[in-house]
Amino acid sequence: MGKSLNDVRADFPILNQQVNDESLVYLDNAATTQKPKAVVEALEHYYYHDNANVHRGVHTLAERATEKFEAAREKVRAFINARSTKEILFTRGTTTSLNWIAASYGEATIQAGDEIVISYMEHHSNLVPWQQLALRKHATLKYIKMAADGTLDMNDAKQQITAKTKIVAIAQVSNVLGVVNPVKALAKLAHQNGAVMIVDGAQSLPHMPVDVQQLDCDFLAFSGHKMLGPTGIGVLYAKEAILTEMPPIEYGGEMIDFVNLFDSSWTELPWKFEAGTPNIAGAIGLGAAIDYLNQFGMAAIHEHEQRLVNYVLPKLLAIDGLTVYGPHDPAKHTGVIAFNLDDLHPHDLATGLDMEGVAVRAGHHCAQPLMKYLNVPATARASFYLYNTKADADRLVAAIIATKEFFKNGTV
Amino acid sequence: MALSKLDNLYRQVILDHSAHPHHHGHLQQATNQIELRNPTCGDVLQVEVALADNKISDIAFSGDGCTISQASASMMTDAVLGKTPAEAEEMVQVFSEMIIGDQPKLDTTILGDAAILNGVAKFPARIKCATLAWKALNNALTNGDGKGQAHLLSQHQDRDSE
Repeated sequence: MGKSLNDVRADFPILNQQVNDESLVYLDNAATTQKPKAVVEALEHYYYHDNANVHRGVHTLAERATEKFEAAREKVRAFINARSTKEILFTRGTTTSLNWIAASYGEATIQAGDEIVISYMEHHSNLVPWQQLALRKHATLKYIKMAADGTLDMNDAKQQITAKTKIVAIAQVSNVLGVVNPVKALAKLAHQNGAVMIVDGAQSLPHMPVDVQQLDCDFLAFSGHKMLGPTGIGVLYAKEAILTEMPPIEYGGEMIDFVNLFDSSWTELPWKFEAGTPNIAGAIGLGAAIDYLNQFGMAAIHEHEQRLVNYVLPKLLAIDGLTVYGPHDPAKHTGVIAFNLDDLHPHDLATGLDMEGVAVRAGHHCAQPLMKYLNVPATARASFYLYNTKADADRLVAAIIATKEFFKNGTV
Repeated sequence: MALSKLDNLYRQVILDHSAHPHHHGHLQQATNQIELRNPTCGDVLQVEVALADNKISDIAFSGDGCTISQASASMMTDAVLGKTPAEAEEMVQVFSEMIIGDQPKLDTTILGDAAILNGVAKFPARIKCATLAWKALNNALTNGDGKGQAHLLSQHQDRDSE
């Protein structure tokens, strides 16, 4: 594709800093990613040169802002290989995208006795909207089990998805277990039973090639900030035929066609769903992030991360007392690695790592049902991205060992 | 090595309290009890109090948590046992001021071992861990009716986020 992943760190000034007297190793990418200069400069350029409201002005700046905003939509379309920009809605993030589906499609189609099928490994944002929809509609919420290694049990999926199922909503990559779920096979299963397939792509889109036509999913939700873009911008993809039937979620400016005193009609897709002034700068920033990722190609980024997993996972598994959740086979594990050290609480572990300059997440990762399933109150989690290196992996391993020694001896 | 800073947070007495917590378990006859959660880290803490003659005649805690939250809970139970609810409330106040780095109006020696948790003020991300038990005590004393009827309340201490 072009640019090499060997020296991308210079594009991320934030990585070049000391934290607690140690050079920073940023391994909290599943929470949010750092931003390359190209993204920050795109935001700056927009505000310094092009800022105006979109779709409603006749002046030059309004034209320019609209053009850039819609160009970003086209970049998103190409990134996921959607058929048309009519299928690309800008939202606030994955959470908003999933809530929109529940509030509009779910509200309009789910009836008492229908089934909604999710899994135990869903993030709260792909769980609570369906749980609440099921409660409102007296529908049944069902969970697909996991196999012993944390992968989705496809035999159980075949049991859970039935003719009564109307929605199947599954994360393509778990934000805790690091497994890749077979969403293409699940989409086929859903369609055979007359259900729609919703893919939570928050942890997959930033890390691997995703083609919505190839997956044949009906909906796909993802966030900009987990793929080098700004916070506050996300995407909801849905098939055009579905969006055409789906009622708007919010009403106001930009989404209307004609407004009369007692009724209104809606404008065409995708703007029917984008009431009010959108996050223009955020969309442009997301477009810049996509351009940046495309320099390497998502396949190359995926390979880079898998090389790191191949390198670090055996080293982590070799640490006495360290439990790694999800598959122990690096081929089945993405760069999201959750772990616990002996009886040490993950918060104590994460504080130790932070003192060594290594930033990881500790907590339940917005997946309380999964924590219960794993029978742990919380875990630590390291998550890698394109700018991480083998040296970062070595620092993580060394910091875990040093922290282990500290808590064994009560001092360094 | 930056890990040496951990000594300021995890003093030996803190590690000892966490490894061998005092008053850990349940009371036969609690007059006031509460469960508090810290949703960001998954901590759950139950505090049970027995009030008699306007004094905390017995106290126990249970639940899951990190070294800091378990040690703080253990130290809290030592500190408030035998005190009146008003004295305990005063100690909660002193602890709260100390833990955020303010100069408490009263001497922190009234907190006993818990005074050593003052090092937590330099670790802002861990302040919530240290305060959980004290907030639980505060809620148990203010929400419990003190007449032999146990109250089980769940109150979210913090917001949940990714």
